Amino acid sequence: MCDQTFMAITFGPCDNCSTTSPLMNIYIKNEPTNYCSFCVEMMACQGLLKGETLASLKNESESLKKKLEEERAKLHDVELHQVAEKIEVVSALSIKTRRVLKGHGNKVLCMDWCKDKRRLVSSSQDGKVIVWDGFTLNKEHAVPMPCTWVMACAYAPSGCAIACGGLDNKCSVYPLSLDKNENLAAKKKSVAMHTNYLSGCTFTNSDMQILTSSGDGTCALWDVESGQLLQSFHGHTADVLSLDLAPSETGNTFVSGGCDKKANVWDMRSGQNVQSFETHESDINCCRLYDLRADREVAVYQKDSIIFGVSSLDFSLSGRLLFGGYNDYTINIWDVLKGNRVSMLFGHENRVSTVKVSPDGTSVCSASWDNTLRVSRALGMPWLLVLYSLT
Amino acid sequence: MPSSFFFFFFAKMSGSSNLVAMKKVVQQLRFEASINRVKVSQAAADLQQFCMQNALQDPLLTGVSSSTNPFRPQKVCSFL
Repeated sequence: MCDQTFMAITFGPCDNCSTTSPLMNIYIKNEPTNYCSFCVEMMACQGLLKGETLASLKNESESLKKKLEEERAKLHDVELHQVAEKIEVVSALSIKTRRVLKGHGNKVLCMDWCKDKRRLVSSSQDGKVIVWDGFTLNKEHAVPMPCTWVMACAYAPSGCAIACGGLDNKCSVYPLSLDKNENLAAKKKSVAMHTNYLSGCTFTNSDMQILTSSGDGTCALWDVESGQLLQSFHGHTADVLSLDLAPSETGNTFVSGGCDKKANVWDMRSGQNVQSFETHESDINCCRLYDLRADREVAVYQKDSIIFGVSSLDFSLSGRLLFGGYNDYTINIWDVLKGNRVSMLFGHENRVSTVKVSPDGTSVCSASWDNTLRVSRALGMPWLLVLYSLT
Repeated sequence: MPSSFFFFFFAKMSGSSNLVAMKKVVQQLRFEASINRVKVSQAAADLQQFCMQNALQDPLLTGVSSSTNPFRPQKVCSFL
């Protein structure tokens, strides 16, 4: 189980000193234990150095926060869009919707691409998870989930399994079989267990581990085979709504975004919160770019005419384009370096819930509350070559 | 008397949990303050270089020719 640390009062023998007294239910290194009040005090004081009190710690935290601000400001010598002034403007994009995937009975909440660049999995409020072939529009598998609002789904890197979860507080893995008649729901494997809804899940580099984020404020890394909790990540003070792994194969970090307006970068092996970014303000609807090495925000993508929030975003393969799915039913495409909006994609008839670029970078898929998914691609200009040859 | 003891008990409990929480916050801040940072100009230059280097391999940026596009509108065949 992965849980926030809560204090609850029960009565019985203490796990440390064995005296019978009111007990605090606390977690030490992810193990639940019951300590009496005296032992909790002793434990808390052991961590303190000489002379540290609540007041002195508060002062230290204030001064450290100030120091962090100063350090970050010192390095802010130029803006990203100033550096990018000299490069060419992105030429007019001709990205159009090529496929519309219809079949879900209710809002599509999440989707993920398969590494084979043509299959996708999508999950919906009606409790169904569907695996599609993006080229032929064929529905290859349809798995009914025992809960509604399946908010997260992910495709395994091998293409042989999918993971999904939502209001059931769990993340379950379903191995995909080639036999169409086989009942996939029977082979379900419960991997993750949280104490609140599952908001996001993704496989790490292999089929063996899953990273989850939850409304209980934590993220967790699980072993698929045994269902064991490998590492938990505590630090958010509100629901965690999204997560993403670092792109490199050897990378061991991931970032999570939460309702506490923070984006936290975590080390997967130690569980340590490596960096934290907190410049989002709840009433401004924009995307922000944080550079990890400069440890600060370097760009903001917003426009006065955009008054609705962004629910999901993804970069194109080179990182030059940023696709954002908005609650005003559109997808805005931003130039990451220059900071201006390049293009817009229309077509959805309700909020866009998820936007993802395919693994080979050729298509972008958007899932929406209008019960459909749309796959869009950029059209090349082969007739331009013909024109050149004629002149 | 028992009720006042209980109140003191709860006050003390919240005190120690605040202490533990505060200690964690300070430790986290100390860690964050100690990381190495680069200048924004350097970071921005690297970002730009990455984008430029990979621009030609980005199909959404450059477009895909119709013949290789499996998502092109499907034409209907007819018998002559």
